[in-house]
Amino acid sequence: MIALYNSKTWKLSSYIIALVLIVPVVVMLVGGVSASTQLFTHLWQTVLPSYLENTLLLAFWVVVLALFFGVFSAAIITQTNIVFKQQLRWLLLLPLAMPAYLVAYLYTDLFDYAGPVQRGLRAWFGWQSPNDYWFFDIRTLPGAALMLALVLFPYIYMLTRGAFEQQDQNLIRASRLLGLTAKQSFFKVALPLARPAIAVSASLVLMETLADFATVQYFSVNTLTTAIYDTWLGYGDLGAANALASVLMLLVLFVVLAEQRSRAGLRHQSARPNSKRELMQLSFSQQLIASIFCWALVILGFLLPITLLIIMAVQYSDVAQLSVLLSTGINSLKVSVFAATIAVVIALSLGLYQRLHNDKYRQIPQLISGFGYAIPGTVLAMAMLSTLGPLDHWLNGVAELIGFTAPGLILSGSIFAIVFALVVRFSAIANGTIASGIKQIPRSLDYAPATLGVNLRGSLTKVHLPMLTPAILVAWLLVFVEAMKELPAVLLLRPFNFETLSSQIYQLISDEMLEQGALGAILIVLFGLLPIVLLNKSKEKV
Amino acid sequence: MFKKLFITLFIALFFITGFSANASEEVNVYSYRQPFLVEPLFTQFTEQTGIKVNVVFAKEGMAERLAREGKYSPADILLTTDISRLIELRDKDLVQAVNSSVLSSAIPKQYQAQDNTWFALTTRVRNIYSAKRLGKIDINYEDLADEKYKGRVCTRSGKHPYTVALVASMISEHGETYTLDWLKKVKNNLARKPQGSDRAQVQAIHQNLCDISLGNSYYFGKMLKDDKQKVWADEVYINFPNQKNRGAHINISGVAMAKYAPNVKNAQALMEFLVSKPAQALYAQTNMEYPIREGVAVSKLVASWGSYKADALPLEDIAKNRKTALKLLDQAQFDL
Repeated sequence: MIALYNSKTWKLSSYIIALVLIVPVVVMLVGGVSASTQLFTHLWQTVLPSYLENTLLLAFWVVVLALFFGVFSAAIITQTNIVFKQQLRWLLLLPLAMPAYLVAYLYTDLFDYAGPVQRGLRAWFGWQSPNDYWFFDIRTLPGAALMLALVLFPYIYMLTRGAFEQQDQNLIRASRLLGLTAKQSFFKVALPLARPAIAVSASLVLMETLADFATVQYFSVNTLTTAIYDTWLGYGDLGAANALASVLMLLVLFVVLAEQRSRAGLRHQSARPNSKRELMQLSFSQQLIASIFCWALVILGFLLPITLLIIMAVQYSDVAQLSVLLSTGINSLKVSVFAATIAVVIALSLGLYQRLHNDKYRQIPQLISGFGYAIPGTVLAMAMLSTLGPLDHWLNGVAELIGFTAPGLILSGSIFAIVFALVVRFSAIANGTIASGIKQIPRSLDYAPATLGVNLRGSLTKVHLPMLTPAILVAWLLVFVEAMKELPAVLLLRPFNFETLSSQIYQLISDEMLEQGALGAILIVLFGLLPIVLLNKSKEKV
Repeated sequence: MFKKLFITLFIALFFITGFSANASEEVNVYSYRQPFLVEPLFTQFTEQTGIKVNVVFAKEGMAERLAREGKYSPADILLTTDISRLIELRDKDLVQAVNSSVLSSAIPKQYQAQDNTWFALTTRVRNIYSAKRLGKIDINYEDLADEKYKGRVCTRSGKHPYTVALVASMISEHGETYTLDWLKKVKNNLARKPQGSDRAQVQAIHQNLCDISLGNSYYFGKMLKDDKQKVWADEVYINFPNQKNRGAHINISGVAMAKYAPNVKNAQALMEFLVSKPAQALYAQTNMEYPIREGVAVSKLVASWGSYKADALPLEDIAKNRKTALKLLDQAQFDL
């Protein structure tokens, strides 16, 4: 493959950006080397094996469930003729706006022994105590897996749906002409073609799961994240915490790289995507099952939890909460918009660098800039302080040297630290989405402008960026929503008098008082919905 | 164009964040205590003195942040919810001594550091809540391991500082071997895996999932004042354990001054305010904690629970046994 351009500035900036994003990761890895083996031995002999087992089981079940939910709903929406398809098409995105810890809390409230469901059952059947009947316990590993899958599957749904919709229908038609049934053609042609999108989104789900802290903590499912917390905040051993986090990250890297390797060399693109689709005609009963499947996801992942929140808000809220909400809401908005915009610009810059540049190692910047996603928020926050702290000290030193008053912790003690942490953590999301968008652009379109004498800038503004608009919007939306929900990094890096919606809600949840934060929770969800709705309005294609 | 946008954004970011509040009369607080507990106090302090209070709240990681920030840390005052955290701050050399006669005279000797590096603001008891259906009981922490409570005990995570402190006090009293055995037996008695907050355990008693739970004293008052949680609290008695022997396990909420506090004078003023009679009364009335200052009355509700005998174990001993306690909790696989 001949890459076309050789812009020195672009090259330099790509490597610098990647380096900046990898610094916290390096800080973490280096910190891990100094871990005390004594503590490790103790942990290994006592709790670590069970934590590890829980982590692997949880990751496995979340990914399997989310794949099942996401791929099938995407297939149903793009390939079949069920009713209310246009509505379901965007309704299925809504669970993305729900933080997992919120859903976990709400469902615990609902299905607990004292919750309305079990109370109703007891009243109906005349049961007296928990010993009279069996009811599933939601605060378990399967429960946590289900909660996480319910709010994470839209990643898979969104990217897979996009892949299905942009597939060259000529290929599908060809397969049909060659004698495959609609079903066979879906499994043998459409599904394998969508594999890059499915793989990227599944690895996003995997990383989200491994970094989750609040949900597993609320369900008291002990995972590697628990061990990281204990070693750092309990035993006060940051080195061991870093080492554990490094193990976690390597685990993720291994999975992601193995997946990439297994589909190396496959490339699917067409210069003339023919998107006119022939839909599978389902029988009535098939339609019914497909509809129930999609609606169940929408209801369980979004409509039911939001209804519970609204009921709480109506019962418990008063006007006084509104002014507090406004300022925390603006804080949340501020960090999320910054993080999303910066992450998308970086992803574009690195993604297009990889695509268009004549550099043997051109995929490296993009690859390493995504490592941060696998670091749990807390460890990332710590790495952030370890990185920005010395920088601040240096800046202050310089300022004092040349006779100014020391400006204080302008980097590590401001929202800069939070935004930086969010960008490091969520760059992988933006990268993945933009990269899969870039892959959809046929190679020939890289060469065409050059052949016509259009320079790099022209090619970018006239060809690549317009073609990437849907991917850019999706990437921005994903990072924005994730940043709104992100918790541990925000909790640890907050400057003075700075609360975000998520930090406030988390505090209330940990005291069983979500009722008083219901309005704020609704606000997080609404902010999360805003981009989804906007995207849906502005471009049916996204 | 994107590059320009990127640069503009970054510059904007710098301007927005670069100039953190630096007014002359202010004091900066890093607080482990929750906003709704301490904000009323700060409001009153600002009204009295005109000094603005800036706060960062966090449940965890403050000491680590402070250590990383070093000498440019803006923090003046650190508020913690238990003794171990305070001692940790001192042991890591993150605090400075405050020589104030106001503080040292208002606080009983056993509740302040000999070297003036930390001061308690309130005390709290680690109570045992019991279901009313059991009738009035007389209970010791040791009894949580008793066979008769098999499947009837609920507690929050063993890793929570409140639990760790209790385990540390058990080590001081009985030694490691006994304590590990006790932890294993308590774990065997648990109705469910340790989870949720102290309040969630009382809810579980209300749900008839268990009969006995551990919880701090003030939560009982907090629950009785909450519409939803009152029904839970109505189901339980609050018991002061070990009244016929060493007394109930006591923990404190406390305060220390950061080593590199930029506003020393204001910080000391705030510390002294926090042990003043009005502030202590506020702690007692709105938070339902036991005020540290003698002569300040507990709230009516707290008074109705009766007086109690407190364990005389020096607080520093609890902090000293903290890491051993954590290890025993891991060995007993308490949270699994």
